[in-house]
Amino acid sequence: MTALFALVRRDIRIALRVGGGALIGVLFFLTVVVLMPFAVGPDLALLSRLGPAILWLGALLASLLTLDRMFMADHEDGSLDLITMSRTPLELACAAKALAHWLAAGLPLIVATPVLGLLLNLDMVATGAVALTLLAGTPALTFTGMIGAALAVTLHRGGLLMAVLVLPLSIPVLIFGVAASQAVIVGPMTFGAPFSILCALSLVSLVIGPFAAAASLRQGLD
Amino acid sequence: MTLIDLANPTRFLALTARVLPWLAAATVILLAIGLYQSALAPDDYQQGATVKIMFIHVPNAWLSMFVWGVMSIASLGTLVWRHPLADVAAKAAAPIGAAFTFLALLTGSLWGRPMWGTYWEWDARLTSVLILFLMYLGLMALWRAVDDPSRAARAAAVLTLVGAINLPIIKFSVDWWNTLHQPASVMRMGGPALDKSFLIPLLVMAIAFTLLFVTLHLAAMRNEILRRRVRSLQMMQASRVAFSSETGTGSRQGNASNEAGAA
Amino acid sequence: MSGLGHGKIQLSGRGVACVRGGREVFSGLDFEAASGEAVAVVGRNGSGKTSLLRLIAGLLVPAGGTIALEGGDAELTLPEQCHYLGHRDALKPALSVAENLSFWADFLGGARGDATESLATVGLEHATHLPAGFLSAGQRRRLSLARLLTVRRPVWLLDEPTNALDVAGQEMFGGLMREHLSRGGMIVAATHAPLGIESRELRIGRAA
Repeated sequence: MTALFALVRRDIRIALRVGGGALIGVLFFLTVVVLMPFAVGPDLALLSRLGPAILWLGALLASLLTLDRMFMADHEDGSLDLITMSRTPLELACAAKALAHWLAAGLPLIVATPVLGLLLNLDMVATGAVALTLLAGTPALTFTGMIGAALAVTLHRGGLLMAVLVLPLSIPVLIFGVAASQAVIVGPMTFGAPFSILCALSLVSLVIGPFAAAASLRQGLD
Repeated sequence: MTLIDLANPTRFLALTARVLPWLAAATVILLAIGLYQSALAPDDYQQGATVKIMFIHVPNAWLSMFVWGVMSIASLGTLVWRHPLADVAAKAAAPIGAAFTFLALLTGSLWGRPMWGTYWEWDARLTSVLILFLMYLGLMALWRAVDDPSRAARAAAVLTLVGAINLPIIKFSVDWWNTLHQPASVMRMGGPALDKSFLIPLLVMAIAFTLLFVTLHLAAMRNEILRRRVRSLQMMQASRVAFSSETGTGSRQGNASNEAGAA
Repeated sequence: MSGLGHGKIQLSGRGVACVRGGREVFSGLDFEAASGEAVAVVGRNGSGKTSLLRLIAGLLVPAGGTIALEGGDAELTLPEQCHYLGHRDALKPALSVAENLSFWADFLGGARGDATESLATVGLEHATHLPAGFLSAGQRRRLSLARLLTVRRPVWLLDEPTNALDVAGQEMFGGLMREHLSRGGMIVAATHAPLGIESRELRIGRAA
């Protein structure tokens, strides 16, 4: 437990220190959301209808963008070798890294959501619904994205390739996240059904993500 | 006192230590006068008391652009004249500019609330300020992302100047985008026909806020200079004591280059 | 300092083969190492010295043969009883020297020595609270050595360990290795330069 806690604490520390990129994710989120009205037009009624979709897309892209270097930095400085050799199972170490990443980069996105909801003319209930669905759904994004980050290390290629690999995997999360938010705003579906599926997706990815990432890291040893 | 005299950070620190209290005092006095006058200003016949937000909003909006101007000049100083304090000035200004821009957005949104019925409207002016705010944040992220200040300074200087050229284009585009969708702007304030009872407090407030910026900026520059000194002292400490603990005449540089060659 | 908490250990490889990128680096390699013994792996560039260390560390999968450790902690695998000191220092420049060291001590777990004492031994006590990014290449290597002292592991796998170390640093490191061996530890080092301690030579690759 000490080992995992140490890993989480180290990763969060690095993310928040000079040169770390955790808050850039929030800035990216903000920028993407601000761009949307320029494409759609400043029609507040339309924006509030599209609001949840825009916020979800923004959060999806922002969390993907910051995932890129999750294992890459550790690979480059040799830390990954020591993590692989250690007594902590690689699966748990991956899960700890994903947790740290979610705390440092995912959680700030959710905190920023109310402000962005204001820009998109979402009312309190709608903003709350989007924030809640993001809270339930972003772990799924991080934990499935982690698989792509691990593959990026294996293949020595990050960036766009990783996005192409991971984005299709996050489609279910996007579908049910937006559906649950829309259910609150316009109906007619109930909030509960898509939200439960969203939580289920997160829980499943919590299990699959670390195993797949660890497996791909082991394959990529060299 | 020329700009060259100020180039020496030590002299700059000594000078600003003397000037800062006076500047701070002048700022407080002017702010007090401005706020008092603003409170006495009559309510608007349409907007009622909310018009008084203007006395805060307009100076902030003015400074949001003015600070970018200051940073642009400082960036020229970095790139063209290589003035040693230029990048300190540019770096110190960015968070202050971002704060003023944020306040302009906040007060603008509070001001708009009674008129629009929402806190945010994609009004051309507010939207331009929002983009400016994003650019400030981007610039701060750039400063943060690079460890070595002198390397960050050049990148930030280029970005600041590109921003300065792009800002009018952005402003124009946003105006065009906005009128395309919304023929009549909701916000009809300001304009040349501002009554004297509004104009004088507004001017006082504008000067007071500008002084506030100068005060904060000088203080932030002092902090930045001291921060860099701490950094270089730390680097010196890291290397110096290592030498004294190494009894041999050890050529560390030589070994380091050996390693680069062997790796 | 106390011992390593185990009896005699014996590392042995039988017919070990290594294939990298479709190319056979070496095959049929037999080697032995026992407690208190240092093995210097020598060979020309590209003969697979680093690969051999990574095979022992479990960071590469052997294409053939077996590597086993006898007499160690039965609960642990071979890599879990090894320290691997590679070309890269596994340090984060944003964290302080102390934070870097204490992270690895916490993460790697097991028996541990005193971090402050280890830093003093390698000559970094003055830099404890400075960011690791401020350190020179030699100092980073010293900080990596402090990791070997803070976390106790019987097997040290060292890849060109004296790189970037100055003369005084190499002497200090020689002392550390001797002490490790005297406590029943084992060292396998890939090296071009003399290791600086009594060692058995293991030549791999075809003779040049």
